[in-house]
Amino acid sequence: MNTHSLHDTTTLLGRSLRHILRSPDTIITTAITPIAMLLMFVYVFGGAIDTGGAKYVNYLLPGILLITVASGVAYTALRLYTDTASGIFERFQSMPIARSAVLWGHVITSVIANLISLVLVVLVAVAIGFRSPAGVAAWLAVLGIMVLFTLALTWLAVSAGLAAKSPDGAGAFAYPLLFLPFVSSAFVPTSGMPGAVRWFAEHQPVTSIVNTLRNLYAERPLGNNLWTALAWCVGLLVVAYALGVRTYHRKLA
Amino acid sequence: MITTPVIRIAGLRKSFGDLEVLRGVDLEIARGSIFALLGSNGAGKTTVVKILSTLLTADAGSAVVNGFDIATQAAEIRESVSLTGQFAAVDEILTGRENLVLIAKLRHLDHPGRIADEQLERFSLSDAGGRRVATYSGGMRRRLDIAMSLIGSPPVIFLDEPTTGLDPEARLDVWQSVRDLAHGGTTVLLTTQYLDEAEHLADRIAILHEGRILVDGTLSELKALMPPAQVTYVQKQPSLEDVFLALVGRRTAAGNNPTDTAAPAVAIPTAV
Repeated sequence: MNTHSLHDTTTLLGRSLRHILRSPDTIITTAITPIAMLLMFVYVFGGAIDTGGAKYVNYLLPGILLITVASGVAYTALRLYTDTASGIFERFQSMPIARSAVLWGHVITSVIANLISLVLVVLVAVAIGFRSPAGVAAWLAVLGIMVLFTLALTWLAVSAGLAAKSPDGAGAFAYPLLFLPFVSSAFVPTSGMPGAVRWFAEHQPVTSIVNTLRNLYAERPLGNNLWTALAWCVGLLVVAYALGVRTYHRKLA
Repeated sequence: MITTPVIRIAGLRKSFGDLEVLRGVDLEIARGSIFALLGSNGAGKTTVVKILSTLLTADAGSAVVNGFDIATQAAEIRESVSLTGQFAAVDEILTGRENLVLIAKLRHLDHPGRIADEQLERFSLSDAGGRRVATYSGGMRRRLDIAMSLIGSPPVIFLDEPTTGLDPEARLDVWQSVRDLAHGGTTVLLTTQYLDEAEHLADRIAILHEGRILVDGTLSELKALMPPAQVTYVQKQPSLEDVFLALVGRRTAAGNNPTDTAAPAVAIPTAV
């Protein structure tokens, strides 16, 4: 490995963080749609949804957090697309720098930007009545799962951004991700869904992640959900990482 | 003058799928010279440059750059060369100075800030250094692009169509930068589709056509390939470029350095 890996990654991380600092609108836009959904579901649909006694904002929050990440990584893909299209990737490539640094600079930036958006969404949730009795350990676990989930989606975004032919195409991969939470336990309990839909909802990654987050901050026993959620996140991360690195080599090496 | 060539290419081949872009390219380029690779669009100029700067691998053939083999010593080559691609690869969101600092840091040099300031000065961009590159004109971007390439003083510079899309003034600025580079001992490999660019700048010129080098020599050697010149009398008319430059005033800094505009007012020649 190149001895400069860490130095180069830090330098390139500094560069893309500066991009975010100069266009804070990307963080705001990432947070606005989930916040609007949060308000709409809590104040409009929430009254008609029976979640078995839990406060609806508490029930809803995990799904909203996942949607936040799914919309945030669209910007990650866009930043990668822009670097490829502008030729600056090629410039970096022709320089004596660690190859991995180019991608990791973007990946770490994506995690930081998404965490800021997530904090914004949680603050709004608290403002409209979200409360949790959970302690520091449980919240660290929530943070850990969100970081893992963000990393997995970010590496998907890397492939999408590198392979895209247009700026619109770069973010398009995120749309299906935005809809997954709707067919899960994120907004309504799966028990009311018809057969096939219910089967899908209970076996797709979002449900186990959502249930785990919900149980963590409600201080309820986690059961198998935790392991299913971790398996999905780690599995997705491994596949997405391999795909990202492959796309990178195909495109630029 | 006998010196070992700084770039030596032999039998270079490259295909993209069924398309055979390079069909055996041979070239030698002397250290400290300006070498122009001429060719029409799609002739394979960019492919040659990309292979030499390790962005692409050749299918066959060999190339040595600054004593390093492209096939086995890619890392050393990246230390020796700098590539300025066809489109100014600058970061639009950063300022000009930040772009230069970024490259200095990525080349692992000490005092990146001082290096950036020196480059801004050298390319008459000091006044614009604190502005975001998105606000720069095409000529300023291209100058910044070249300034970024020169950081760390690599002995070999590849300029891939450096003046495509530039206005005549910016073009002359780039030409001057290229001449300064060669005077400083840097080897410049320049690709261009503008014949006059090669004619004005290059010590040697090679014409790449359909994946092979058709001819390779100095301008006078190339001219000698044609039938002996016939003496004819033509009225010397100013070219449109002469007229344009006389009217707008020749400025060295493409608009951001008004003190340099005091070039002698050029009288438009009316008769010769």
